Parts: sequence; structure tokens; C-alpha cells
Amino acid sequence: MDSGPARREIVIPGELLGGRNVKPGRGTFAEREEVFSSLLGIRTERYGRVGVIRLSGRYMPYPDDLVIGIITDRGPSHWLVNIKAPYPAALHPAETPWRIDFGDTGRYLEIGDTIIANVLTVDEIKHIELTMQDMDSRRLTGGQLVDISPSKVARLIGARGSMIAMLMDFTRCRLLVGQNGRAWIDGEPKDMAVVSRAVEMIEERAHMMGLTESVRAFLETEYGMRAGPRPR
Amino acid sequence: MEDVEHIEKKMKLIDENGLRLDGRKPEDMRPIRMEVGVLKRADGSAYIEWGGNKVLAAVYGPREAHPRHLQDPTKALVQCRYNMAPFSVTERKRPGPDRRSVEISKVISEAFDSVVFSEQFPRASVDIFIEILQADAGTRCAGLTAASIALADAGIPMRDLVASCAVGKIDGVVCLDLRKEEDNYGDADMPVAMIPRTGEVLLLQMDGHLTLDEFDKAFGMVKDAIGGIYEMQKDALRKRYAVTAEEFSDLPEQAPPERRAPPEREAPPEMPPEDGEVPQ
Amino acid sequence: MTELISELQRERVYRLAASGTRSDGRTPEEVRPLTIEKNYIKNAEGSARVKLGNTDVLVGVKVELGVPYPDTPDSGVLSTGAELIPMASPYFESGPPRPDAIEIARVVDRGIREAHTIDFKKLCITPKEKVWICFVDMHVLDYDGNLFDAASYGAMSALTCTKVPASKIGKEDYPLPIQHYPVSVTAAKIRDVIVIDPNRQEEQIADARLTIATDENGDIRAMQKGLRGSFSYEEISRVIGLALKASEVIRTKIKA
Repeated sequence: MDSGPARREIVIPGELLGGRNVKPGRGTFAEREEVFSSLLGIRTERYGRVGVIRLSGRYMPYPDDLVIGIITDRGPSHWLVNIKAPYPAALHPAETPWRIDFGDTGRYLEIGDTIIANVLTVDEIKHIELTMQDMDSRRLTGGQLVDISPSKVARLIGARGSMIAMLMDFTRCRLLVGQNGRAWIDGEPKDMAVVSRAVEMIEERAHMMGLTESVRAFLETEYGMRAGPRPR
Repeated sequence: MEDVEHIEKKMKLIDENGLRLDGRKPEDMRPIRMEVGVLKRADGSAYIEWGGNKVLAAVYGPREAHPRHLQDPTKALVQCRYNMAPFSVTERKRPGPDRRSVEISKVISEAFDSVVFSEQFPRASVDIFIEILQADAGTRCAGLTAASIALADAGIPMRDLVASCAVGKIDGVVCLDLRKEEDNYGDADMPVAMIPRTGEVLLLQMDGHLTLDEFDKAFGMVKDAIGGIYEMQKDALRKRYAVTAEEFSDLPEQAPPERRAPPEREAPPEMPPEDGEVPQ
Repeated sequence: MTELISELQRERVYRLAASGTRSDGRTPEEVRPLTIEKNYIKNAEGSARVKLGNTDVLVGVKVELGVPYPDTPDSGVLSTGAELIPMASPYFESGPPRPDAIEIARVVDRGIREAHTIDFKKLCITPKEKVWICFVDMHVLDYDGNLFDAASYGAMSALTCTKVPASKIGKEDYPLPIQHYPVSVTAAKIRDVIVIDPNRQEEQIADARLTIATDENGDIRAMQKGLRGSFSYEEISRVIGLALKASEVIRTKIKA
């Protein structure tokens, strides 16, 4: 630790964030020219707009989010997908890479299948549409899923993808992280077990200071220095 | 208030020194301890010990409301289920809801409905479950106080926390936070829940007998107490999330953008797809 | 409403189990960490909060005066109930007990009753008229699999610290007379693999389930097979062996 990171301020629903000098951003509300937090989270301020990053709670979808979903239902011309949001998301054949005849959805995706997709739209009454037009989108086979709190996803990814890169370097696993708090791991069983334990470490609240270092230490006890992480 | 028959008072509840059965002064509360995030499965949870009360609160949601015909296309349903475990009281309580717990569930639901930004979640429900594991008067106040921090733990957007406490009258003296014997043999009991920041009263019940002056005194007393409970709620939440906040501290300043930048789509076709997504 | 599990995850849990390890790092014969906190509820005559892994069950025993059954006029009464409250899982609903809860209560009840755990004769006050009734209420707070065993350990632990409130009738309170310590162990069969103390994910994909209650002499006191799949005689014998092996440590914890 060279300069020691600055602590972030935790705010609580109803807490005053600023007066007339700031604009209300996401996770806040304005009342009589004052801005308050509506969430439990961390206060941020940028260009005069205050916002709150949530520290807990369910996944809330936004357009373009990369998500890992599980097919829960299927009709002749659509699928319903669980993406851990409050509502199931819909996927229509036109948003897939395949040409699908009416009634033929089951040939492509069945109930219980796992997909990687992007959020296309979320309308005002929270109907969610997904798209699989993106080139990374596909049905996932093999490997395993690991859940993580949506608020910890940024941590699992790490600054500029550093945590993912380190996990992949050591374990030689493939790792995909959905914004919705689902990760997909594929590799040798013992390596996947290491990744899922590392994900648990990130989820747990015990090892917070220097999380990257403690995950690295854990990986080094499993693999030694041989697979050493990329120099930063 | 705990549905015990009102027995003519025989017991002396305040001694010659003005102290109550457990040695408290009229304005003293019982010891309170709260903890956030005590259950794994629920989206948010909290546990509170308040004198002889032991209460768990859990929150699920926002989630799709069931059955579907109950869904409101304009906002989420905020619904609370207050339940007493059969062994929580001296005489075993038959499992399942009785009229008392249905009523309490209703008034607590209404209190939370006014603070949750329910219009952000059309067609959904926010479900609050309060389980009284051990009861010693004031269970609805303890449950409401715990449920409020469980809602924050579940990441539910709210105008504010709600805090609650009861005030009453025993042996003709206005006293804060009655325990069971005081409630059973006292003269009045008045549970109150408020938004401490604004002074809005979200739950108010009273039974017994208060003069107008006594009501004013009781209200002032309970308002102060609720302010103290509010501080305890905030402390419990901060304690639970302190480490989490540190965890974010070595990330780049990450203001929640109003809309995220679209992910890069120009990756070459052969690029392996496993590089998750990198936040900007 | 049942919980959804992806095919990918189903395959993964099976493959792991088949290879002799489990998603939580246990071996197939290993029970999750068990902690028991007795006398948790002061308004109950006996109580215990039991955590089996992340499964969390609170059991309270209330002992009240009542009338004996006509066919056992000189015996106390045991009444067992389980509530799968909606706090414990997004898939539990409020309302009257559903078949799942009733099955759990009855299996726990059988384990206790058939092992002659309680000396019911010592709960008789006046034959045909007045006996002590033990209400055992099992409250599931957090569900992560294997409620049969968690509820059973909770019930046994609560009974071992229960006091009969005889002072209510002018006598002295006395500990509930416990004669035996049955311990149930549940196995799940996932295709051709058998694991003990299934967690939630294993339970979701299990084809069959078998609960065996054994006593301190190594005899069988109650059994219950559940779910659609089947067991062969050899598999049942193996589960009995595993149950016996696992039960000793658990019994020590319940008695402590």
C-alpha cells in the first residue's frame, strides 16, 4: 500500500447529500432544493451531480448490460429468461443470430439452457428485452455458474479487468462475468473450484483491505508463482 | 398490547423512588442491539434484541408480484407479514395468522409503503417478513425498526428509514417502552413509528387512557426515543457495510452514469469471449 | 413455484458428486458444520437454534396441561409441527402448512416417538384426565437444504433442555425424561451417486431421498424415502451404514 486509498463515505436512505449546489443523480431524490440518498451506498460526485452507488440489492437491468441468463419459459415466438432482475426478460427470435421458424424456438434454446446476452431495452413499466445479436452472445455449454452479489461485480472484474485477468492467468480457466451477478467458469474441475473459491472470497466481507493482494496470495498457495500474474 | 386480557391492576409498577420493575426511570428504554445481514437466502435481513424481544426481519424483492392479478402496473406492492412463532409467548400460540397479526401486518405495510419508492418497480412486490421469535411487549415496534434496516440492506430505494418505539402510562406516570408486565397491568400503550428526519408519523396506535397533557408529554418522549433508535439503525447499517465501502476505495472514481457507454463491439471475431465486461 | 436450475448447473453438480467431491468442497459422506445453541427462547420450556451449514432452524418446545388420548390414558402427548415460513426461502409461501412441511414434521415426530425418546409415563399427572403435552414447533428461518435433519437435530436438542413446568401445579419443575437419542441422517441420490446431508442445490437435482433415524445402539428407528427416484437394497444398506457413521458425532453435539 503506497498511498493508502481514501475511504469512501457510506450513505443511508434519507441522508442529506447536498443543497442547491448539486444536481441529483442516480440513487438520489430531491426535496425542497436539497438532495438526499434513496439508497444504502457510496456517495459519488462528478460535474456537480451527486449519485449513490448501491452496495446491496437485486440486479437492476440497464440497456447494453452483459448478462448471463437461464431460459425459464418458451413460446412459439419468444423465450423468457431469468437474469436475476425483478422481472423475467424476453428474448425474441429476431434478436438471435438464428433464423427461426414460428413454433420452432425449442430447437435453438430449451428451458434450463444458459445464455450470454445483452440487455436491449428496459421500458417504463420494466419490460425487459434481451438481444443475442452481439458477437459474444451464445448458448453456454459445460463449465459452471457462480453467483455473486450484483454490487460486487465491479470488484470481481477489477479495475480495467485486472481481477479477471489475474484469475484467468493463474487458473487457465475461461471466465465470463455478467453484470447481473452471474459468472460462468470453464476449465479443469480443480481449477474451476479455485475460481469459485476466489469468487466466494470476493463476495465475503472479511478480506476487504487489499482484496487483490489476498486473492493473489490465495492463488499463489494453490499454484505457486509459476503462473505469475501479468506485470501491471 | 400483546393480546393479554386486561387484568385489574394489582401489581405495583413504580416504586417509591420512581423506578420501574426493572429499575428503569420513566424515560429509559430497554437495551437494544441490532445486526444487519443475518440471513443468507433473503435479499435483506436484520435481527433485533430489544429487552426481552427477539425479532428477525427479512426482505425479498423487488420481485414479480404473485398472484398476477394483484400486480399494479404503476408501482410495486409493499406488503408485510408479521408473524409470531408458536413458542414466542408464554401460552403457546397456534401457528398461522390471527386477527391481531393481520392487523399489525396491515399497518406496518402501510407505514413502509409511504417511504419506499415503489413507483420505480411497477408490477413487482417488496415483501417484508417479520418473525417474532420471543415476545416481551413492543414487538411491532421492534419488528418495524428491524424491517426498516432490512429494507436498506436489500437495496430498496426509500425516502428514509422508519424508526419506532412505544410509550405508555403505568401507575399514572407516562413511561417509555413498556415491558410485558407494564403493558398488561398499565393504563395506556401507544406504539409510534416516524420518519425521524421529517417528523412524519407513519404508524400510531393507542389503547388505554391518556389526558391531552399526557399525550403531549408521551409524544415528546417517544419522539426523542425514536431519534435515538434512528441513530442505532444507521450505526448498524454502517457497521455492516464499512468494509464493503473500503473495498470500493481502490476502484477508479465510478460515478453511476445516467447511461453506461456501449460496450466495445469491434472485437475481432476470433477474440475469445471470456473477458467479461470492464467498467469504465 | 419451484426454483429453476440450469441444465449446466445440474450437470456440474452431478459430475462433481460422481468424482467424489461436492460444490461446497465436502466428500459425499460428509455432513456440513453443525452448531447448536440451546435455551434460545426464554418463553419456551425448551428451545434450540440449529445451523446445519447455512440452513437455520429454530425449535421451541412448549409444555402445557392437557387431556391424554383415550387409548393411552397414562401417557403424555407429543405434538410436532413445522412451518416453512416465507422468510426462509423465496419459494416458501405463507398459509397453512403444505405437504412438504407436514412430511418434515411427521418424519421428525416418528424418529422421536418410535425411539421412545421421551418417557411419556412420567408426563402423566392424573390418568385419563390430566397429562403434560409437549408441543414441538420447528421454525425454519433460512433454507439451504436438508430440512429433515436440521429440524430433527433442532427438535432433539430442544427436548434435551426442556423443563416440565410442574411448579404450575404446585410441584417442582423437572427435566423432560429423555431415554434415547435418535439421530436422523438424510441422503440424496443424484442419478447413480449418493451424498449425505444434501445442500439446496443437490436437493434440487436429487432423484430420490432417504432419511434414516438410528439410535445409540445402532438400531434403526425410523425411515422415510422421498421423491420420484428409487433405491436398490444395496443402496439402502449403504445409506444405513453412512447414517450410522455420521450419527455419532451429531449425537454428542445434541447431548452436550
